[in-house]
Amino acid sequence: METVLYLTHTESDGSLGKPALEALSAALQLAQELDGAPPLTIGLIGGEVQAAADALAGCGAGRFMGVAGAELAVSRYSSDAAAAAALVEAAQPTLVVAAATSRFSRALPGVCQRVGGRIDTQVTELQVVDTEPRIERWYYRQRMAATLTRSQRPWFLLLAGGAFPAWEGEAGTAEVEAVPVDMPETRTRVVGTQSASADAHTIRPEADLLFVAGAGWTKKQVDGQPHVTEAEQCIREFVDAAQASLGSSKSLVDQGGEGQQVLSFMSHLHQVGQTGTTPRHRKGLATCCHGEEPHVVGWRFITERRAINLDAGCGWGQGKADVLYVADAFDVMTKVNELLGES
Amino acid sequence: MSSGFHLVVCGSLVPDPLQTLEPVTGPAGPALKNEMMLPSVLDPWAGHALYEAAHLAESAPDSKVWLVSLGPKARLQQLMMSIAQKVPFELVALDGSAGGFTDPTEVAAVLANAVQGIAGLERDRLLLFGGCASASRDAGATMQMVGERLGITEQFLAVDELTVECDGSLKVLERIEGAQYQISVCAGPPAVLAWATGNLPEPPNNPQVGMVNMRSVMPALQRAQPAPVAAEGVKFLDVTVPRQQRDTRIVRDMPVDEIARELVDWIRG
Ligand SMILES: Cc1cc2nc3c(=O)[nH]c(=O)nc-3n(C[C@H](O)[C@H](O)[C@H](O)COP(=O)(O)OP(=O)(O)OC[C@H]3O[C@@H](n4cnc5c(N)ncnc54)[C@H](O)[C@@H]3O)c2cc1C
Repeated sequence: METVLYLTHTESDGSLGKPALEALSAALQLAQELDGAPPLTIGLIGGEVQAAADALAGCGAGRFMGVAGAELAVSRYSSDAAAAAALVEAAQPTLVVAAATSRFSRALPGVCQRVGGRIDTQVTELQVVDTEPRIERWYYRQRMAATLTRSQRPWFLLLAGGAFPAWEGEAGTAEVEAVPVDMPETRTRVVGTQSASADAHTIRPEADLLFVAGAGWTKKQVDGQPHVTEAEQCIREFVDAAQASLGSSKSLVDQGGEGQQVLSFMSHLHQVGQTGTTPRHRKGLATCCHGEEPHVVGWRFITERRAINLDAGCGWGQGKADVLYVADAFDVMTKVNELLGES
Repeated sequence: MSSGFHLVVCGSLVPDPLQTLEPVTGPAGPALKNEMMLPSVLDPWAGHALYEAAHLAESAPDSKVWLVSLGPKARLQQLMMSIAQKVPFELVALDGSAGGFTDPTEVAAVLANAVQGIAGLERDRLLLFGGCASASRDAGATMQMVGERLGITEQFLAVDELTVECDGSLKVLERIEGAQYQISVCAGPPAVLAWATGNLPEPPNNPQVGMVNMRSVMPALQRAQPAPVAAEGVKFLDVTVPRQQRDTRIVRDMPVDEIARELVDWIRG
């Protein structure tokens, strides 16, 4: 018989993030569909966990377990791994479901190793077929999708963000069993956070639109000159007006390291593609970007795609976008900004 | 104790990202069509880890870099022709699959074994580097498991920056949500750092480095132990390449104003 443990950590304010709520709805459904499985067990990790447990009180879980303490108010491998391992040992699940947050992506593979389990990450679908849990996950950086199942237990599943609906439900009062942990001595001190670039808030995971800027923005234009300052203004104005999330090609962000003139607000964290991110937005607009395969694999989860490029033969025109405007992105985006400014 | 680091980088080959990949079902489960013939490159994030390791070794005297690579011997040899010219390292080669459909647990086991077998490696100087995820399996799990197997509980994932402070502690910047970095300070080795892009461009080829490296690379390849890795217990029910081809409407000669209006309508729609 399968038993499902849902693991979550709190955010710094004690709440639960959206990825955690998405993983919860997936875990609840999994426990429900597995014939004869007991109701879901919830394991919480954080500085304080009661408020988060209360927020989930109405979800139908059979049991709440928690590990709380000052060490767990921050994200750190040694303390997180100890806490998660203690919860797994206490709950003895066959399936462990969690969101692929940066914190759990760091800690849970090691926990899985510690408790002798197996792990799959990047999970985008969960199903139960004839009592058999199955997952879908991607290989080769979103090039191919596999459906698989496995015999080993416990089986850890880290769920990709944006792939499941977020759980919504009544709060209440949850009775949390405190699970004791021997906190290991740690040699790591978490100091704080910092933005990746001065304008890092141009990365907006919740935005409807992804706006990708390619290296063409900094290249010589028809007059034989680059127009980097204009490019910067135009892009900035657009992402702010449209509240779009800003993405980049690798060539554009790499220019910093190669000593070329760059867009000041771009960092490697903006990079979309094979060695960048695979964001989830309903729409995407690529500008001055050639649409090469290593870039476009990062668009796997962008449903509607448009591009502006001077070159009709660019990758976007070869079946990678729904619409390719063969035009000068400086001209088009200046006009778009004007129209957005009018309304 | 010497002040240098012992930097072990785990990294192997992946298909060149410009290649078209097609899954096929072989006797041992899914694989890539013509996998052995596909041109390959050093796994990008592991490559960044290697360049960061070499850079650190250069700035901390008496340091040494090892590259632990699991892949089919013949293809590793090909890869070394280019990689060995980039930065100095000693190769530890493991002859096994570098394919994406292997299990991280099995891969971690052979990597950890290989690290433990490195003669002269000092644990209290050990920084274990790798990529934060491979471009093949893309699990982002292997380095943590290798670390666990070696009993290293100071671990960092998606690292973009490592600074050695005056007191020898390590300041680490890891990518976290919301385009932020988490800043941590680790008292010192041993630690696991799984790198994202880092800060260094790909080093240019240096034939002299290549010559020195190749002296140890060839014997390492000859010594490479068979390291069978698969995905025991996993049943692949289906592996597909999603439909990628869209029916692109290519719009030429449309006035800029009209394109802009169409785009604004679409953005707002
Ligand atoms: C191992 C590896 C990993 C990689 N990973 C990634 C990755 O994660 N992400 C990624 O993006 N790339 C990645 N690449 C690189 C990728 O192959 C391309 O080189 C890169 O995406 C090209 O960036 P670009 O399209 O911005 O630049 P370019 O190829 O230089 O294209 C610039 C484009 O701008 C257009 N242009 C110029 N001026 C204008 C104008 N005024 N109006 C409209 N269009 C204009 C040009 O027509 C051209 O199409 C990777 C490559 C390798 C080998």
